[in-house]
Amino acid sequence: MYPDYMHDSLKKVDETRQKRLELERSGKNVFPPMTAEEREDVLNKFHPDYKPESRRQVHIGQNKGELLTTEVADILESHSRIESKLFDLTTPDYETDILIVGAGGAGCAAAIIARQNGAQSIISTKLRMGDANSMMSQGGMQAAVTEKDSPTIHYLDALGGGHFDNKPDLVRALTEDGPEVVKWLEDLGVVWDKNPDGSMYVLHGGGTSRKRMHSCRDYTGAIIMRTLMDEVRNHPDDIKVLEFMPTVELIMDDKGRCAGGVLYNMETEEYFTVKAKAVIIATGGYGRLHIRGFDTTNHYGATGDGLVIAYRAGAKLMYMDSVQYHPTGSVFPEQIAGFLITEKIRGAGGQPINKFGELFVWPREPRDVESASFIRECLERKNGIQTPSGRWGVWLDSPLIEIIQGDGYMNKNFPAMYRQFIRYNIDITKEPMLVYPSLHYQNGGVEINDHCETNVKGLYVAGEASGGVHGRNRLMGNSVLDYNVFGRRAGKFAAGYAKSAPIGKLSLEHITAYENELKKAKIKTDRVAPVLLPLYTSDEVKKRQLTAHYEGTLR
Amino acid sequence: MAKTTAKTKVKAAKPKTKPEKKAAAQTASAKSEPPKAMVTVYIMGKAHKVPADATIMGAIEYAGYQIKRGAGCREGFCGACATVYRLPGDYKIYTGMACMTLVQDGMWLSQLPAIPSQKPVYDLDKLEPNVGVFQKLYPEVFRCVACNTCTKACPQDLEVMDYIQAAKQGNIEKVMDLSFDCLSCGLCAIRCPAEIVHFNVGILARRLYGKYLRKNSDHLDKMLKNVKSKKYDAEYKEMMKMKKDELKKKYYARDSE
Repeated sequence: MYPDYMHDSLKKVDETRQKRLELERSGKNVFPPMTAEEREDVLNKFHPDYKPESRRQVHIGQNKGELLTTEVADILESHSRIESKLFDLTTPDYETDILIVGAGGAGCAAAIIARQNGAQSIISTKLRMGDANSMMSQGGMQAAVTEKDSPTIHYLDALGGGHFDNKPDLVRALTEDGPEVVKWLEDLGVVWDKNPDGSMYVLHGGGTSRKRMHSCRDYTGAIIMRTLMDEVRNHPDDIKVLEFMPTVELIMDDKGRCAGGVLYNMETEEYFTVKAKAVIIATGGYGRLHIRGFDTTNHYGATGDGLVIAYRAGAKLMYMDSVQYHPTGSVFPEQIAGFLITEKIRGAGGQPINKFGELFVWPREPRDVESASFIRECLERKNGIQTPSGRWGVWLDSPLIEIIQGDGYMNKNFPAMYRQFIRYNIDITKEPMLVYPSLHYQNGGVEINDHCETNVKGLYVAGEASGGVHGRNRLMGNSVLDYNVFGRRAGKFAAGYAKSAPIGKLSLEHITAYENELKKAKIKTDRVAPVLLPLYTSDEVKKRQLTAHYEGTLR
Repeated sequence: MAKTTAKTKVKAAKPKTKPEKKAAAQTASAKSEPPKAMVTVYIMGKAHKVPADATIMGAIEYAGYQIKRGAGCREGFCGACATVYRLPGDYKIYTGMACMTLVQDGMWLSQLPAIPSQKPVYDLDKLEPNVGVFQKLYPEVFRCVACNTCTKACPQDLEVMDYIQAAKQGNIEKVMDLSFDCLSCGLCAIRCPAEIVHFNVGILARRLYGKYLRKNSDHLDKMLKNVKSKKYDAEYKEMMKMKKDELKKKYYARDSE
């Protein structure tokens, strides 16, 4: 239930709804979309990335000298959890064709396809299989399948959204594989939303010029992820899943090829070694680093671990200066602050509204532009609404959707969102939601080519951990497509490579070398990475933990 | 919840006079708040004072626990944080997701770190979408005594018992529809006197529906043919050669559906 002082503003939203409905029904844009110059202006002034302290120079590694997101530079300039001399690499604990790091969408897709291409794999994961951002995507997956659409139109939309910085070969792979991914998932048993005649039910997303958002109600990620997990579990002889066992370093061979990993059992605190012919990093993103202090939509384990271990092994990162803030994170009630409110709400006709009940931005700008506009509306123009705990937000008019699409539409298409709010006595079919940008996605990552290869032989990367696909801004629905397209590609190409890949003598020399580099750059720090889990222990509690020693976040 | 040490470093939220300097991050500003109302909860039997408006997950972390098992997406999708609790003066066992359930004074709670469950291995390509699948793979479904305990335990308020009954009748579409929003948290399975693993039955039914009982999409098939025949090859090549300015022009001039 909203506090009394918001009622005047809520009333204004009610009062303007009919007029805004007519505007929507007229078929014209409800608000003028921005020109290139307007986009640039609002980004420069209000997007968090463009603040000077958001970035700092990294002093070691492949990207030495580049400006990176400050929190990313921090985890790169940190110590390893292990001492390399403690490991006897002549007798590895496990041997396999491919070590897959991460059991989200990309990791599971890679394992399934690698198996079809004759490769066995071990999936190492920090939490449970499926504890990943893949599980949480609500709104959908882009893929061009309708008669009005084509993969090349999708290509142009993705490039424009990414400010034309995307790597062309990756965007081609993304968009051209799209239709096949829809079919592949359907044949694995994913239940897509459909029209009565069987044709795909598709909606718009921010930055799309055609309706191509495929969904499974608002449990899109959950349905896809559980399907992939179930399929992985159907092949226990070929795919071994090690849960609560993150890979905390890569193992190389004496020829500089990636050849396995060191795994840490977070429960027994033992370390294990895996020898593999190829490694696929599919560790996802970094929302739990709470960049710039933002709340995040991300899952508990999203701490950018893959970036760190790949970087120590000599991999090159791309666009790690760019962070995605999802325009519509929840800000009220406090208990769900930062939670994702799917862009599908705007795709279905929901409008962002200021405290006077007025539209102030086109609802379907690309995410960074939309987010920056929300921030401007709240902080510069003071047209936002402040919550009792001091957060700012703008209204997201969801009741409009029920009027546009018909009674019962919200319940059928947004059951997760409805549940989220009704627990707090907010009925989103009758009242709007209060929203503000929330830390959502790692736009950059380890640079790959369209075979998911990196500059390190034998090291493949897929999904959010990779960089280049989305340029400096990803469009809605392209991440679900990304982890499927590139998860599959990584599985295929790594399996091909593993068939004939030689492995020399195993080595952790690169860890020692990295420590030396830290020393040489005169970086003195007690930071330890991979971070593994965020730390939410209060300072009060920590003060009393007199004998606890923190290794990063774990003690 | 979702407090972080990183946040304490960046105090940004409050509106200042110079808008161009605005950080976008916002945290609840502690200063203006009155002292928080607190309640006592018993985490695995041990009493802790926690904020009255905390979720169970927030309370556990507030009390000083670093969760390893028992937290995942933290937004009600992954099912990692299944929790059972009792309330004072009440004989009932309650269930909920720790990330979604608010604490109450006197609540006695415990998270379930994992739920033992059986999942037979199968080849989806060789299954037939009828009641025989359930008879073969999940015969315990037919032990259902219709007690409705599963439905009462479901934190999503799904009609769990109804979909188990539908499985017994071989009505795969109904199982798919009723189980669609399932989180696989396992609270149904741990409460079931017939030892059914409801959530896995749901996954099987949804996969069978998606693969065998769906209506096919003609435009999807057509598009697949187009892609296979390299229909877009030339257009791709042309755009991949374009300079940024040319692409920009094309992008801003494109029509919208």
